[in-house]
Amino acid sequence: MSRLPLPVTVIGGYLGAGKTTLVNHLLRQAAGRRLAVLVNDFGALPIDAALIEGRDGEVLSLAGGCVCCSYGSDLVGALLDLPSRVLGIDHVLLETSGVALPGAVAATLSLLAGYRLDAVVVLADAETTATRATDLYMADTIVRQFAAADLVLLNKIDLASAAALDAARRTIAEAAPRARIVEVARSAAPIDVVLGMARAPAAPSVALSTPGHVDAATLYDWLRVEVPPGEDLAGLAERLVDPTLGILRAKGLLADRTGRPHALHIVGARWHLDDAPADARPGDLVAIGLRGRLDAAAVRRSLVKAST
Amino acid sequence: MTTTIYRARRILTMNPARPEATHVAVRDGRILGAGTAEELAGWGAATLDERFADKVLMPGLVEGHSHASEGTFWRYVYLGRFDRMDPEGKVWPGADSIDAVIAGMKRAEATLGGLDTPLTGWGLDPIYYGERRVTRRDFDAVSSARAIGVMHASGHILNVNSRALELAGLLRPGINHPGVPLGADGLPTGELKGPDAMTLVGHHVGFDREVLANDEPGLRRFARLCVRKGVTTATDLANLLPQDAVAMMLRVTGESTFPVRIVSLRRFQAMSPQEVVERAVELRRQSSDRLRLGAVKAFADGSIQGFSARLRWPGYYNGAPNGLWYTPPEVLREVYRHALEHDVLVHTHTNGDEATEMALDCLEAALKAAPSRDHRFTLQHCQLADAAQFRRMARLGMCVNLFPNHHFYWGDQHYATTVGPERAERMNACATALASGVPLAIHSDAPVTPLGPLFTAWCAVNRRTASGRTLGTHERISVADALRTITLGAAYTLKLDGEVGSIECGKRADFAVLNDDPLAIGAENLKDVGIWGTVQGGRVFAAGDA
Ligand SMILES: [Zn+2]
Repeated sequence: MSRLPLPVTVIGGYLGAGKTTLVNHLLRQAAGRRLAVLVNDFGALPIDAALIEGRDGEVLSLAGGCVCCSYGSDLVGALLDLPSRVLGIDHVLLETSGVALPGAVAATLSLLAGYRLDAVVVLADAETTATRATDLYMADTIVRQFAAADLVLLNKIDLASAAALDAARRTIAEAAPRARIVEVARSAAPIDVVLGMARAPAAPSVALSTPGHVDAATLYDWLRVEVPPGEDLAGLAERLVDPTLGILRAKGLLADRTGRPHALHIVGARWHLDDAPADARPGDLVAIGLRGRLDAAAVRRSLVKAST
Repeated sequence: MTTTIYRARRILTMNPARPEATHVAVRDGRILGAGTAEELAGWGAATLDERFADKVLMPGLVEGHSHASEGTFWRYVYLGRFDRMDPEGKVWPGADSIDAVIAGMKRAEATLGGLDTPLTGWGLDPIYYGERRVTRRDFDAVSSARAIGVMHASGHILNVNSRALELAGLLRPGINHPGVPLGADGLPTGELKGPDAMTLVGHHVGFDREVLANDEPGLRRFARLCVRKGVTTATDLANLLPQDAVAMMLRVTGESTFPVRIVSLRRFQAMSPQEVVERAVELRRQSSDRLRLGAVKAFADGSIQGFSARLRWPGYYNGAPNGLWYTPPEVLREVYRHALEHDVLVHTHTNGDEATEMALDCLEAALKAAPSRDHRFTLQHCQLADAAQFRRMARLGMCVNLFPNHHFYWGDQHYATTVGPERAERMNACATALASGVPLAIHSDAPVTPLGPLFTAWCAVNRRTASGRTLGTHERISVADALRTITLGAAYTLKLDGEVGSIECGKRADFAVLNDDPLAIGAENLKDVGIWGTVQGGRVFAAGDA
């Protein structure tokens, strides 16, 4: 039995945009997911000391069965070596260097049979994005980074002036018209938004729905819909990525026309169909969006249109 | 305490006070003096050694940018366009057509054993064979059952056969990657561009990462090649230098018959700026006479012919998008600052003129934070720098190591495609560097082009391209300047000019022993100077014995 390809989230963005903070934030929320983090270098110790359980050369073992390896200039080598190093990994976080083009990294993943690109997530520092985008040396690099994004996390909105934040929004909208933009502070985006839901489709993990969790409870919304079997799944996916629906993330276990179950992963404008796990019971789709933007009625309409 | 006096036909000392001599006296591996027999007699009893009586001696040549992996590559089949000498002295003929390449591969394939052994080649350069690309079908004609991979001369492209693609899981439709071109059938053509695509297939065709990282036989073969080329000090410019590789290199270079001084720079990668400088200081303490450690190599951008170099406006002549940054300015500046504070030498790869400008900005800022009088930070390749940038280098106390060999092998491509005629003529501007007062070295970047400082000097003196065009007449330099550049010039960029690079009292007894006189043979023929061998630290190494 062939294993499903391992999902990889490429985390890009210029120096200081908050990539490392995001990685640590995700590790703290992992709650049973086993993440493998690949970082460009161990430079300024990318992982919070509290999460590190041990170090063996180029591999850090982390709390909860997660690991972190550095890949230097040999990303492909690191990805080829990964399965032999660690079993039971659910998801790979690939943190690129500040000058790397995440689109190129994503293309490289397509060459490796054991992996699939889940999403390109690019962080932007709200304080400096607009300035960087006109930098003598870095302007085109910054713009190309955004252009490859499925999801842009516009970070440090608590620190940026209103003018800087506004300029950053304009820069990103222009550079990344197809990306979904989520505004955050301290890189604190919910793991279900960044990596997708670990187990679906029941409900997103607690971080999204726990009362009192400021970022999650006030900023995000989710809904669960039933999808009858017999669906043209690709057609459905195409309709669900329509930006007016407001879906940031969705995951469905859905039966196709032959009744075979599939897992549908959606992040922004990108969708992917996998074989579903053997024990899956298809029929549900869970979608997450920004509160006030997620249009539940429109999502339901897109399903109805499908089944007629 | 024995003293040996060598008599030679002519000794070119590179010491302006006495540029020529007939005798050189050697004691304890160092030079007592160069002059006449009478002048040297005052040093006391000595053995007169006449074996170089009909030879010309120069200071041992210094290769300021090479890689010891040249020795490793010779374990593979050479398939280049031009004749090339291996470490054992055998000259492998260049292939003048794709058919000749394939014929060479078939000959090599016939000598291989079981089909599990891949056929591995290097040096391929299809640009000389017209527009047609090499495909997996070409290599399938050599063998469809054995994995085959041939690295291009540039090191940026790998051509493989169908079997190799199959082993790597790439012989399938649906691939969408800029480094993996597809044929009309929707399958990869067999051309793999860039490190990611190359790495994925490389280990199926014999380019083993571990071997390339720590190769003892390769280091020995590299040293033999150095003897054949008159080189007594050679850089190994971008090594990660893990401790096991350092131990191996210390042991091998420490052997009494090891003929060359290796200067190995720690590649800046997978570390913070502070850490790489700390590591360099640690490595510096482990240096020996024949293994010099403690400098750092950083990368600002990629390559011009790979379109990954960073160019200033108006960019590439053929309209290709600008290249890639390998290190952001914030990080490079920190590397420089930490290095200046700890007297660690940094050499920086810049190819495009935008990368050069960025490195200059970074050093200027770092020097304000950590003033240093004699840092000798060196820009490597620096192929596209313009006159204003050379003037800035001079002000900032930088050195430059230019790449005239590249001009010969790829100058025609730069003229026609990458940067266009005007900028191609200013590439590798040796004359401007000297006129601007920038300390100059020139290099081969072996194995990218063949090791051989006298060939490199010929390239700088003539600026001839492979097609025979003289590209950038005004940037030619004199033979005398070129010879100084491949000795004292390169030594200066490594902070070794007090030890090597000229034949004068107190310096290491390092000589290139030549059959011909490079000052008499004529600028046109400089590359054909016969090389007998070397003397390194007073030890005699004949190329024929190597
Ligand atoms: Zn090099």
